[in-house]
Amino acid sequence: MSTTLNQTWFMTQRQLTAILRQPAYLVITLIQPVIWLFLFGSLFRKVVELPGFGSGSYLDYLVPGVVVMSAVSSNMWAGMGTLEEIERGTLNRFLTTPVSRTALMNANVVQQGISTAVQSAVIVLLGKLGGADYPGGIGGLVILVVASILLGTVFGACSNALGMLVRQRESIIGINTFLLLPLTFLSSAFMAPALMPSWMRHVADFNPVNWALVSGRSAMAADPRWGDVLSRGGALLALAVAAVWLSTRTFRAYQKSV
Amino acid sequence: MTADAPAVQAHDLIKTYPGGVRALDGMALTVAPGTVFGLLGPNGAGKSTTVKILTTLARPDSGTALVAGHDALRHPDRVRRSIGVVAQRSGADPVATGRENLLLQGRLYGLRGAGLARRADDLLARFDLVDAAARQVKTYSGGMQRRLDVALGLVHRPEVLFLDEPTTGLDPEARTAMWDEIGRLAGDEGLTILLTTHYLEEADRLAERIAIVDRGRVVAEGTPDALKGELHGDAVQVELRDAPDAVDGHLIATALGEFGGVRDVTLDGRRLSARAEDGPAAVPHVLATLEQQGVTVASVTVARPSLDDVYLRYAGRRFADADSGTAPGAGVPAPAQAAAPANPSGGAR
Repeated sequence: MSTTLNQTWFMTQRQLTAILRQPAYLVITLIQPVIWLFLFGSLFRKVVELPGFGSGSYLDYLVPGVVVMSAVSSNMWAGMGTLEEIERGTLNRFLTTPVSRTALMNANVVQQGISTAVQSAVIVLLGKLGGADYPGGIGGLVILVVASILLGTVFGACSNALGMLVRQRESIIGINTFLLLPLTFLSSAFMAPALMPSWMRHVADFNPVNWALVSGRSAMAADPRWGDVLSRGGALLALAVAAVWLSTRTFRAYQKSV
Repeated sequence: MTADAPAVQAHDLIKTYPGGVRALDGMALTVAPGTVFGLLGPNGAGKSTTVKILTTLARPDSGTALVAGHDALRHPDRVRRSIGVVAQRSGADPVATGRENLLLQGRLYGLRGAGLARRADDLLARFDLVDAAARQVKTYSGGMQRRLDVALGLVHRPEVLFLDEPTTGLDPEARTAMWDEIGRLAGDEGLTILLTTHYLEEADRLAERIAIVDRGRVVAEGTPDALKGELHGDAVQVELRDAPDAVDGHLIATALGEFGGVRDVTLDGRRLSARAEDGPAAVPHVLATLEQQGVTVASVTVARPSLDDVYLRYAGRRFADADSGTAPGAGVPAPAQAAAPANPSGGAR
């Protein structure tokens, strides 16, 4: 057991080091949320004045939206890295060592979780610098970050499964570009549910991206709605577990196909 | 594992990939401990699949595989602790430094602390990577990457080292350097090396024993010399000063053929070729006979049969044709067939 934990840490460390050594990648993943934050922030500033929006400043409303959207968009590329490791032979090299197979899979999840946490925290800080107000305090922000980590885990694990299954970059690129915007706009990321067409609101109820937003925003409110936090957070947790299980199954299938 | 138990023993391995491609079709091999064993064959012959099964990456449909005394199918974990693997594709982490790659590899085998650091330093020195140790692997040349790959395979002092096409893609200079390195490894106490290659020269030079693989099974096995020896005869080539006329030519051929051990005499202009059981021993007789016939000799060469000849004999096609995927027979030109010393009395030497 302690061996698996140790090995998980070695493999996580390897992945984190790799990310830190690619400054271009780092800068892009941090600049993109900034652009979204200030682009959408300026574009939609006046929507809060619509009757029924129910929030004081649009930036307050937008920060969780950008946190969650960024968690989705950065994690959904995880499969590209896995694909590269397969093609380069790195994965096979590890598979001929006694390293625990669980540690190999866990390292992906842990690394993605840490990266998502850092990215989310940076966006929250940038929002604060831009004048956003977080009435729910630190507790609410922590829950927002946890929800974005869970959501990121769902997309990261699915992306890894896809990478191992289809072994084709084009498929991952195609599915990601197809999914990102619809999933974001079929949620309350940028627009209050009260102002969404009713069919969209109903679709959003089944959208995991929206679950992360609802649990995050509910926890960040001045008067947190814990019921919503727990129901959506619980659903996200269940989905994350299912996605990791799926990618573990795919990993076993990959080992059989070598 | 006892001292004289085989380091690798595989029986009747069958492996079919989805789509019905039969990669292995009764593959069997036995490698004695402390030796270098070469699996020689063209691309697609089943060498890599064999290595994947022996290194626990893949499972066969049926058959058995023992590696370093452990059952690769039932106890893959024990096998993994005992083997080092240098795969065809590098597998080193390009963003990490050479040293970091070695340290991580060692940790996966449970090495820690000062012992691991010392081992990494030793390997970096041994493979001439000290200056590059702190550089990211993506800046390495092909030869350096390959040396690092071998170092990664050795970090935990394995009993059996698998080298899957270790010099494919290297330039000639790097290839020669890698050959020297493998030659030195072979001298390491007790290390068994299983090498796959599709270079005849590489197998000839490095391996003590060779198995020729074709279409998923071993078609011939032995020491390089024994395999070549089974072809019965060295090629003796004599260059004459002047081309004899047809009548003299016939007389010369008949006279030479009267010796035991010299046969298949052919004369083409000034070039006289023959096969002899023992080429060097036949040369004085050949020269004396030619002198009696009043023929002046310009030069004599004796050549051992090449592994290419061996391959042609056992796989029924030229190595280069098989390697480029030519259908059996289709790409074998008639003269090459004629050059095959298909001696019907073949067998013991």
